[in-house]
Amino acid sequence: MSEACAIHVEHVVKDFSMGDGHLRVLHDINLDIRSGELTYLVGESGSGKTTLISIIAGILYPTEGSVSVFGTDIYRLTDTELVNFRLSTIGFIFQQYNLIPSISAAANAAVPLIASGVPRKEATERARELLHQLNIGDQCDKLPRQLSGGQQQRVAIGRALIHSPRLVVCDEPTAALDARSGRRVMDLLREVALATDRAVVVVTHDNRIFDLADRILAMEDGRITHDGKHMPKDH
Amino acid sequence: MMWIAIRMLTGDRVKFYGMVFGVAFSTLLITQQLTIFVNLLLRGAAAVHEIPSADIWVMDPAGRTSDVTLPMPSTDLQRVRGVPGVDWAVPLIRSGANVRTPDGALEPVTVIGLDDATLTGLPRKLLMGQREMLFEPDAVFIDAVGARKLFGEDAAALGVRLELNDQRAVIRGLVDAEPTFTSGVMLYTRYSNALNYVPGTRNRLSFVLARSDAGEDAATVARRIEAVTGLRARTSQQFAEDGVDYIIDNTGIPINFGITVALGVIVGIAIVGLTFSLFIRDNIKQFGALKAIGVTNARIRQMVVAQSALVALIGYGLGLIMAVAFLEIGGYYSDAFKGFYTPYQIPLIAAAVVALMILITGFVALRQVLKAEPAEVFR
Repeated sequence: MSEACAIHVEHVVKDFSMGDGHLRVLHDINLDIRSGELTYLVGESGSGKTTLISIIAGILYPTEGSVSVFGTDIYRLTDTELVNFRLSTIGFIFQQYNLIPSISAAANAAVPLIASGVPRKEATERARELLHQLNIGDQCDKLPRQLSGGQQQRVAIGRALIHSPRLVVCDEPTAALDARSGRRVMDLLREVALATDRAVVVVTHDNRIFDLADRILAMEDGRITHDGKHMPKDH
Repeated sequence: MMWIAIRMLTGDRVKFYGMVFGVAFSTLLITQQLTIFVNLLLRGAAAVHEIPSADIWVMDPAGRTSDVTLPMPSTDLQRVRGVPGVDWAVPLIRSGANVRTPDGALEPVTVIGLDDATLTGLPRKLLMGQREMLFEPDAVFIDAVGARKLFGEDAAALGVRLELNDQRAVIRGLVDAEPTFTSGVMLYTRYSNALNYVPGTRNRLSFVLARSDAGEDAATVARRIEAVTGLRARTSQQFAEDGVDYIIDNTGIPINFGITVALGVIVGIAIVGLTFSLFIRDNIKQFGALKAIGVTNARIRQMVVAQSALVALIGYGLGLIMAVAFLEIGGYYSDAFKGFYTPYQIPLIAAAVVALMILITGFVALRQVLKAEPAEVFR
């Protein structure tokens, strides 16, 4: 594992129980993701990319193998240590945003800080500042349902970044957005989330944003079949 | 995180109100029905509570309660007076009769014949008239509830002439009597008068009210009276319990009220449980996201407990307020609730049932949340 390695995945296998037997969805995955990179995981539905990102993010135990995130072998941690590791080190952006509908945009963005024990007022103030940086400072007091899809995604990005995580994992962050909003969101993500000691991993189907990646990992049937700066033409 | 939990709950207003309604409805039913039940039972002891000066009630061996008794010969009064340990003993008649009002209506009443010398058994609170007026010929006092039942308003009863089993009776006073279980009109008169009003059978003495000598135990004296006279003698405490037990043993009231209370609990659990489950189902992605972000299961547990506790507190409070309002308004407009009160144990029972209800529904909801895998949010 090199010094600049953010994520080290070694011989990861994942089986899901299927009645009497089991279904192998990841086959001996070995992978290094470097700091400072915007990495895309692409592939057809069922190729295993969501399973892989879940394992990388510490929310799904692998059947075999190990995952190190910034030098911490995360599946050797106890459950509580792993939860705390996620809270301090990883930011999440979900396809459906999963914002809490009854609290304001600023309060939604402040959730990781509040969960870390930062007083609510202080956490919300910091979230307001971040949402200003994300160009939705004037929407801070609105409820999620009062925001457009792009604005909700920015709030979700704010929530993912508010505690300055070193790793940000995104699941189809542009799937619900038009092409222009999608590119703007990815530009924003690159601008605020990437630094030399950080990494961003994005699961996406969206070929409209493929050109924004530093690295594209293509998956097929639980295996990584392509690793490069651009998508191969046959994908 | 508690703030977020509460906002999640109150933000979904329909479900929040649904859950609060479920708890409030259960609390209302439990409190109101148990209050009515307890007060109805206590009415079985009302006649005994009305006469605190007597600590022993003596009756025919077949007698069960103040309303279920067999008349005795008047000589039994002297036999009781002769028992050692008895300080004093007076006669009491409680007997049914029919009264014809001036407008011709026929109404069943209970005639209560009080000792001519002491008027023992006359309710302490006189609303109209003087105690001495009962010594006038044909004088009767009527209870206030009965007066309203017969004449529409209290004051209209004074001076009215009644035809009581073919005898003349004149209402000279109005008393505030504890309603009995049968809730009939009560007419108080002297024992000598009452003998004329009740049907002319050979035996007409319903009870002998006695007081044990100072320093004597009432239960001991009662047993002595039984041994000496062969009559049934009960301390006032025992006789009050007899009245309550009679209602429990001989009416469908406990079963009916029990069913209503049980329905209240079941409906409450169903409404709160289903609504809470729906609320959790609608928010499962948010809970999953919180778990993925790094909120511990312990915190999630606290959040669900806070949500449950808020629903329980508001619902319980509203339910109690509604129950009190029901009884207050009911008591204001109807004599059926006269004297009703809510013993402190009933709100405690309702609180325990609500706690159990919330514990069950909260546990089911919590299981749903804890079972949710954080990885589900990526699917």
